[in-house]
Amino acid sequence: MSTLTRTSSLPYTGPAPTNRIAYVPAGAERIGERQDAIGAKIASPGVTPQPGQDMPTFVIERERIVEVLRSLRDDVELAFTLPLDLFAVDYPGRAEGRFELVYQLYSLKNDERVRLKVRADEQTPVPSSLGVFKGFDWFEREAWDLFGVKFEGHPNLRRILTHEAFRGHALRKDYDPARRWLLTEKDVARIEPKIAIPPEHHDFEHVTINLGPSHPATHGTLRIVATLDGETIVGADTEIGYLHRCFEKMSETHSYQQVIPFTDRLNYMSAFINNVGYAMAVEKLLGIEAPPRAQHVRLILSEFMRITDHLVSIGTNLVDMGALTNFWYLFQGREEIYQLIENCCGARILPSYARIGGLALDVPDDFLADAQRLVDRIPKHIGDVDRLVSRNRIFHERTDGIGPISQQDAIAWGFTGPCLRATGVPFDVRRATPYLGYETYDWDVPVADGGDTLARYLVRMEEMRQSLRIIQQAIDRGLPDGPIIIDDPYVALPDKERVYNEMESLIYHFKLIMHGILPPVGETYFAVEGGNGELGFYVVSDGTKNPYRVRVRPPCFAIYQAFAPMITGQTIPDAIATLGSLNIIAGELDR
Amino acid sequence: MAIRKITVDRSIIDRKANQLPGEGPEKGVLTLPGEAESERPGAGEESFITTKLDAMVNWARSNSLWPLPFGTACCAIEFMSAVSSHYDMARFGAEVVRFSPRQADMMIVAGTIVDKMAPVLRKIYDQMPEPKYVIAMGACAASGGFYRAYHVVQGIDEIVPVDIWVPGCPPTPEGLIYGILKLKEKIERGEIRR
Repeated sequence: MSTLTRTSSLPYTGPAPTNRIAYVPAGAERIGERQDAIGAKIASPGVTPQPGQDMPTFVIERERIVEVLRSLRDDVELAFTLPLDLFAVDYPGRAEGRFELVYQLYSLKNDERVRLKVRADEQTPVPSSLGVFKGFDWFEREAWDLFGVKFEGHPNLRRILTHEAFRGHALRKDYDPARRWLLTEKDVARIEPKIAIPPEHHDFEHVTINLGPSHPATHGTLRIVATLDGETIVGADTEIGYLHRCFEKMSETHSYQQVIPFTDRLNYMSAFINNVGYAMAVEKLLGIEAPPRAQHVRLILSEFMRITDHLVSIGTNLVDMGALTNFWYLFQGREEIYQLIENCCGARILPSYARIGGLALDVPDDFLADAQRLVDRIPKHIGDVDRLVSRNRIFHERTDGIGPISQQDAIAWGFTGPCLRATGVPFDVRRATPYLGYETYDWDVPVADGGDTLARYLVRMEEMRQSLRIIQQAIDRGLPDGPIIIDDPYVALPDKERVYNEMESLIYHFKLIMHGILPPVGETYFAVEGGNGELGFYVVSDGTKNPYRVRVRPPCFAIYQAFAPMITGQTIPDAIATLGSLNIIAGELDR
Repeated sequence: MAIRKITVDRSIIDRKANQLPGEGPEKGVLTLPGEAESERPGAGEESFITTKLDAMVNWARSNSLWPLPFGTACCAIEFMSAVSSHYDMARFGAEVVRFSPRQADMMIVAGTIVDKMAPVLRKIYDQMPEPKYVIAMGACAASGGFYRAYHVVQGIDEIVPVDIWVPGCPPTPEGLIYGILKLKEKIERGEIRR
């Protein structure tokens, strides 16, 4: 039983809820400077800076978007080469077009972000940006599928997350969240994979095989259709959406606190990181910060979660290659980590432990001792696998040079996380834009060369060791004293004991449950380093208790769209090894 | 239901038929097979076990379930935990995980089933040979869970018959193992009806 450490200072005399006023991001001056600098480079009619945002933001006229994207990418000083995200927000009844398309780019050179907005309507198509960023391929398809935004020049603009019998566009505000469309066998037959076969292969007899969506090697609901010439894949197509659970629509129908369990189920291998990412995005919108004790626990558990993610990823990847023993070794370490999480909050895999403004409960007294025991034990599990596999001849034959992707391609497709670092790019959100105090810890960003399956394995192995290093330092510093959740009755529920005994606490409790957290009107983006790369939450608030829009930037989505080109020219067993090393989590891919 | 009498295999007793107790070198030291009073020639003439063939078949089936994990989401990870080293489902005779529906008789639907997946689930269920059992693992498989949404099947009993529902989001491995034990009991009682 944890002790009640929160000391609520009631009656509350702090600031009132701020939902009546507009959101003012921190550090506006510095953002304004960068906005001017970038604006000077792309200044032209049809480009309007939008001040007061949390990153340099420009509103672009529809016809000019491709041109602006190209100049941002090609400018030597700016070098916005990494396409992060493209999505739509629906504002029905808006005069200049109901949709707002949001493009977010990242500059690996300057470690900064930029946001472009394009107003669109239902009829007029927006020029497709595939010519500049091929990594926006699936993102445009998704915007078409869920909003009905048309893109001119997209070669394959068909539904991606919902199924063929679906009618309407689900994320529009006027779409009923519970309206389902049944898919029948007849409709399934209409899904025709698009496989382009190069002319030099036209002389041979081809076999087309289907892997998934229920297949032992896909670890989830992925579907790959591959055309084979002998054993070589000459063309492939991927179909996703077999686990589209409507996260973004569900977020709009639930209050800010109620979204937290939904975030757990995105990347369920490292659920707590999603919790933290979402909670910190809303905290950024509210202009608050979790107490130091909560931040410290968040950091320790996030790193443990990263380790579980990599343990499962490596373990299942090795199973696919026939190395079953490692699976047992790695899952043992994972089980021990789950015991720590269970001690903290009672849940194992999907903790829902973070709250907006802190954590749900205080950690048990022996938290640091347990964590220390884990830090001492996990290297054994990792080391066992390391000794079995890392210098294993068979393993090297199966992974060295298999499923490679070049650095330029990885960036162009929007790779982040271990898969990008395996191509030699040292981009890590924890280092580039630190949060939770990562900048105060001594750790390295592991990178590898080659971008192949072996490189991805090596990067993940080393990342686990670096995570342990961070955790060790965090344990040595000790847990800061103080509350575990912010002392603000408009954000955090008062202690239950006080609710039963004090009038004010009862009222605040009632208000918070019934009316919810009310952030200021505005929008913000916050990214954390998830198990698979940049996991970002874009939250739009209209001042009511439910988010107007929650957009999650899923790292898997960008990575998996490159899978079909990556396996073309390889054999089926190599494709399986490659797939495992990319660590595609269906919950995050399809949301 | 036909009642069959099954006589005990008497091969051991037959082999020892010529050997009378107390004549061997072990005399008075220990009792060898066939030497006990009940095993004496003639003593076993009336010994037999009566049972129903169905009961025996059910007993055999319940002790060698071959699971087909239809894992889609978070619950599949907990299923992996249940079969891996710490929880070790092999203790209950249900560890021969088969990914081909033709080789399995217990489908564990672990995770959310969405409308796009529904025809696939039905097809795989149809491909399984009889007798077959279905466990709905977790809230999503049971009822759609907290996804009351435009693309989520509100419980897999819309598509396939379900024998055991395991609650939880996700259920712990203990929960899943408890569900499998309950299914074993159900099979032994002969309650599975299709």
